[in-house]
Formats: sequence, structure tokens, C-alpha cells
Amino acid sequence: MKPLSYVQVRTAREAIEAFVAAGESARYIAGGTNLYDLMKLGIEKPAHLIDIADLDGANRIDTDGDRLFFGGAALMADVAEHPVVRDDYPVLAESLSKAASQQLRNMATVGGNLLQRTRCPYFRNGADGTYPCNKREPGSGCAAIGGIDRSQAVLGASAACNAVSPGDWPVALMAMDAAVELQGLDGTRVIPISELYRPPSRTPHLEFTIGREEIVTGISVPKTAAGRNSTYLKVRDRESYAFALVSAAVALEMDGDRVRQAHVALGGVATVPWRGRPAEAVLRGETLDRGRALEAARAAFAEARAGRHNAFKIELGARTLADAIINAGSRNQ
Amino acid sequence: MPDPQDRQPFDLTRRQVLETGTIASLTGAMLPTAGLAQQAGPQPSPENGMTVHLSFRVNGRPTALDIDARASLLDLLRERLGLVGAKKGCDHGQCGACTVHMDNRRVASCLTMAAKADGRDVTTIEGIARANGLHPMQQAFIDHDALQCGYCTPGQIMAAIACVKEGHASTPEQIKEYMSGNICRCGAYVGIVAAIEQAAPQIERS
Ligand SMILES: Cc1cc2nc3c(=O)[nH]c(=O)nc-3n(C[C@H](O)[C@H](O)[C@H](O)COP(=O)(O)OP(=O)(O)OC[C@H]3O[C@@H](n4cnc5c(N)ncnc54)[C@H](O)[C@@H]3O)c2cc1C
Ligand code: SF4
Ligand code: FES
Ligand code: FES
Repeated sequence: MKPLSYVQVRTAREAIEAFVAAGESARYIAGGTNLYDLMKLGIEKPAHLIDIADLDGANRIDTDGDRLFFGGAALMADVAEHPVVRDDYPVLAESLSKAASQQLRNMATVGGNLLQRTRCPYFRNGADGTYPCNKREPGSGCAAIGGIDRSQAVLGASAACNAVSPGDWPVALMAMDAAVELQGLDGTRVIPISELYRPPSRTPHLEFTIGREEIVTGISVPKTAAGRNSTYLKVRDRESYAFALVSAAVALEMDGDRVRQAHVALGGVATVPWRGRPAEAVLRGETLDRGRALEAARAAFAEARAGRHNAFKIELGARTLADAIINAGSRNQ
Repeated sequence: MPDPQDRQPFDLTRRQVLETGTIASLTGAMLPTAGLAQQAGPQPSPENGMTVHLSFRVNGRPTALDIDARASLLDLLRERLGLVGAKKGCDHGQCGACTVHMDNRRVASCLTMAAKADGRDVTTIEGIARANGLHPMQQAFIDHDALQCGYCTPGQIMAAIACVKEGHASTPEQIKEYMSGNICRCGAYVGIVAAIEQAAPQIERS
């Protein structure tokens, strides 16, 4: 790790000014559970760190208005255990409580979580030059395509990169039509979470659409009764404390026992948090049974493409999504 | 023999003070206690990066020093403050051996930049025994043979105390889920869960 300067700031304005003054090699740090880790691996090499974990009010959680609001620096542990989130939006709470460990959830922020980088083993382990990686070294090639690709994506991959988008929380937020609030040099703006992520295409090193100096000041979720009929189902290599092999976020708007509108998103299988629109279309207006749920789930994977070792994710993903649809439906009172 | 003029109170030589890493100004409550002065830990390497000033409390003791801005809290505790209870298992947040409490919450000290501890309260395994003996969680680990080699144990105990205080120790299933951030290579898990069940009623929830 190269020597670096470190400052703590109290307002977003101060942070942005410090960032711009520091120039190219500046980075924001929040919990540091991803950035500092990648610095130790020689993948991230900032010379100036601006700590935004303690911005005034940035850990605010507000469930009073017509949207749930989570400040960018709210801790994963605190959002997961907030009573309104836990009781009325289980998909959000479960996506957080099933991520990482309690130690890490006490450090990591819900804003930083959106911007964490892939766990692709070739990305993380090859910074000494052992493995080419277009995300780490643009234009160097991709060791995962045609390599040990068990963990890699079956949806949204390009010829340059098939790395999985690792976060659980962004998948749940995708299903709930969340919005991301950003503050930059020219003031604030709000974007749907679906617009935060770039597909890898030919430039897998460009992962997010936000400006380098922009700060995630908050995340908001429209309040909906579908929140109660929701679930986040995560399948891992071990029962806890592992990234998803496949995961499904489902929330159902119901009319009696019929689905008015389903909200479906997938994790562990795609290069970006993945909205399962084809599954939503199959479920619209239908009653729920295992057959229908599986039909919807298979529709979500219709365009999936396997590599050498990850074909199992297509079947596992469909069955996991079908289970999640049934679980969400069973929460409907 | 050093010149007696060079001697500090409590027989701490100036050289030792330098070695322990400028433990604040040696005044009042900031006097190093025996624990710190006796340390025979690793020699602190000179801080050759850019430094930041850090002023925090470790196990209740106010501590102030300049640190390399890159340092992890784990390395600061082990290499400069001689508190080697917290262990380095993976250095990447994946094993829990480095677990300590910061402002009463458990964190992985390997992924906590030391600079973030400024103004905070850090508690390590060295700081939990009570005046009249072991902490109930320490005793429970002994009672249930909740360890074999012991490498993961300081992290397990710190995580376990927090697990109880958080209210996440009401069933064995919940204990397993909320202790999953601590890996035990020796597989002492059964004893660990039993120890936490024993100690839980003796520890207040926060
Ligand atoms: C062992 C381990 C297991 C894990 N398991 C899981 C898991 O199962 N599921 C899961 O979802 N995650 C998991 N994680 C990842 C963890 O959740 C993320 O590292 C964490 O959420 C990132 O948040 P942070 O605040 O620590 O971000 P940081 O590491 O501080 O920052 C991450 C990135 O975001 C930028 N950034 C941070 N905050 C902001 C902001 N407000 N505005 C603009 N930019 C910002 C930083 O510049 C950096 O580029 C795991 C991590 C570890 C180490
Ligand atoms: S899949 Fe993407 S991140 Fe992984 S090695 Fe290929 S280019 Fe790098
Ligand atoms: S050493 Fe910190 S989690 Fe392994
Ligand atoms: S006792 Fe050996 S690693 Fe846990």
C-alpha cells in the first residue's frame, strides 16, 4: 500500500471540495470494508482518502414520510434491525441480515454497499500480474471466461467480463424500485437504482454511472403494501457468511389471492442487480402455485447463458426464485 | 545502564517509551500501567508514511499517538500498543479472529482503518476481565472446552459478548447465525454455542 493522506469531514460539501482539491487519486471511504480490503490486495491505490462515514446526519433512517429513507452512511446492521424495515419490508431486512457478518454490518454503510466491487476470484487475486482482468487492467483480457467460472454470471455477461455483481441489498432495492440520491459539484440529483449500474459491455472497468466526486447521500424506497409480502432468499455454499450463489428478491402486490403486480430481482447470477421482468409478466393476474411460480422463474432465466462450470446456476436460480415467489405469497394475509 | 536522569516514573526508560510508540504525554491518567510498560511485543517499525494524530481510549485508558494513515486498527493494537490478544487470521474480514469492540459494537479490526478510532472507545480481550475475576463469557469458554488451539478464541469471545448484548443469543440457531462471522479451524463450534448459552443470562443486554 502506498502512503496516503486521510481526512475526516463533516459535510458533503466539505467532502466534495476536499475530493476535488486532492485530484485524480482521491477516493471517498465509508466503512472501508470493501475499499480498504482492495487496497490491501493492491487493486485500489488511492493517495488521498476522504472519510465520509461521519457526515452530519448521514446515518439517518426515516420511515415517517411516503418513502423510507436511509442516509448513505447508515450502517447495514442498523437498517437491518429497524423495526419498520424488519416488520413491513422483510425483503430489505433479510438482504442485509444475510450479508457478510455482524462485525462487518456494524462497519459497512448502505451507501458503500451499492458501490462494492465484484468478488470475481481473478479480479481479486491477480493484481500481481498473475491473471489478466479487464476490470482491473482495461484491455488486458479476462481470465474468468473459459477459466474456473463456477462463480460467474449467467445473465448480462459480455465478451469482456462475466463478473457477478456481489451485493444483496442492491438486488432487494431493485425489486422495490428504490431511488438513489446523489450530491455532486452541481448540486443534488436522484436516479432510479436501475440506472446506477453499467453492464460490462466492452468497458467492464466502468461499473457505475455516477461521477467520481458524487456522494450517495441517501437511498429511498416508495412505501407499498407489497413490502409485507416480500422475501429475500439467498443460496450459498455454506449456510451463512458467504456471498450468494443465487438469490431472489420478491415482493407481491396482491388482489385477494391473485397477483396484481410482482416485483422480482435476482442476485449472484448477473453482472448487475437484475430485474426479472419476464417473471413479473408471467405472474400478473395469476393465482400462485408451485407450477406457476416455476414457470415464471424459468422465464426470468430464458436468456441465461452458461460457461464451463456455472450451468447449475440456471436451474438453481430458477428453483430459488420459485421458492421465493411462494414464500412471498404465503406472507400475504 | 541508562543515565538515571533519563529515567521516567515507574521505571520506564525513555527508550521503552519510544518503543511503545509515544504513549501520549505521560501525565495523570495517561500514565502507562504495568501491562503496557512490560510489553515485550514486536519492535514498532518507524512510521514512514504520512501520519495522522489519533486520540482514543483503549480498554478505558486514554491513548494518543501519531500513526501511519494506512494502519489497520489490528496492526495498531498488536504492533504498537502491545495488545496481541486480537489475532490476525486472514486480514480481509473473512474470519473474525481480530474482533474487538468499538463504541460497544463488534467490528473486524483488520478492516477498520486505525484512523477511524479517533475519539472512540476500543475494547479488546485484554479489557474484559472484571476486578473479581474472569468475564462470565471467558469462564463459560473454559467450562465448555470451547476451544482447541485457541487462536480464534479472543475473537470468538469478543463476538460472543456482543452477540448477547445485541439480543442475538436467544436460541442456538440464532447464536449460530450471529456468530457465523467467526471461523474456528479446530471446529469447537458445539462448545462455543454451549458457552454462549451459559453466559448469556449473566450478561446485560445493551
Ligand atoms: C468477508 C466479507 C463478506 C461479505 N459478504 C457480503 C455479502 O454476503 N453480501 C453483501 O452484499 N456484501 C458482502 N460484503 C461486502 C460488504 O457488504 C461491503 O464491503 C460493504 O457494504 C461496503 O460498504 P462500506 O461502507 O464498507 O464501503 P467502503 O469500502 O468504504 O466503500 C466502497 C466503495 O464505495 C465508495 N463509497 C462508499 N460510500 C460512498 C458514498 N456515500 N458515496 C459515494 N461513494 C461511496 C468508496 O469510495 C468505495 O469505492 C462482504 C464483505 C466482506 C469483507
Ligand atoms: S470476469 Fe471481469 S472481473 Fe473477472 S477476470 Fe474477467 S474481466 Fe476481470
Ligand atoms: S483477521 Fe480480521 S477477519 Fe480475519
Ligand atoms: S480453537 Fe483453534 S481455531 Fe478455534
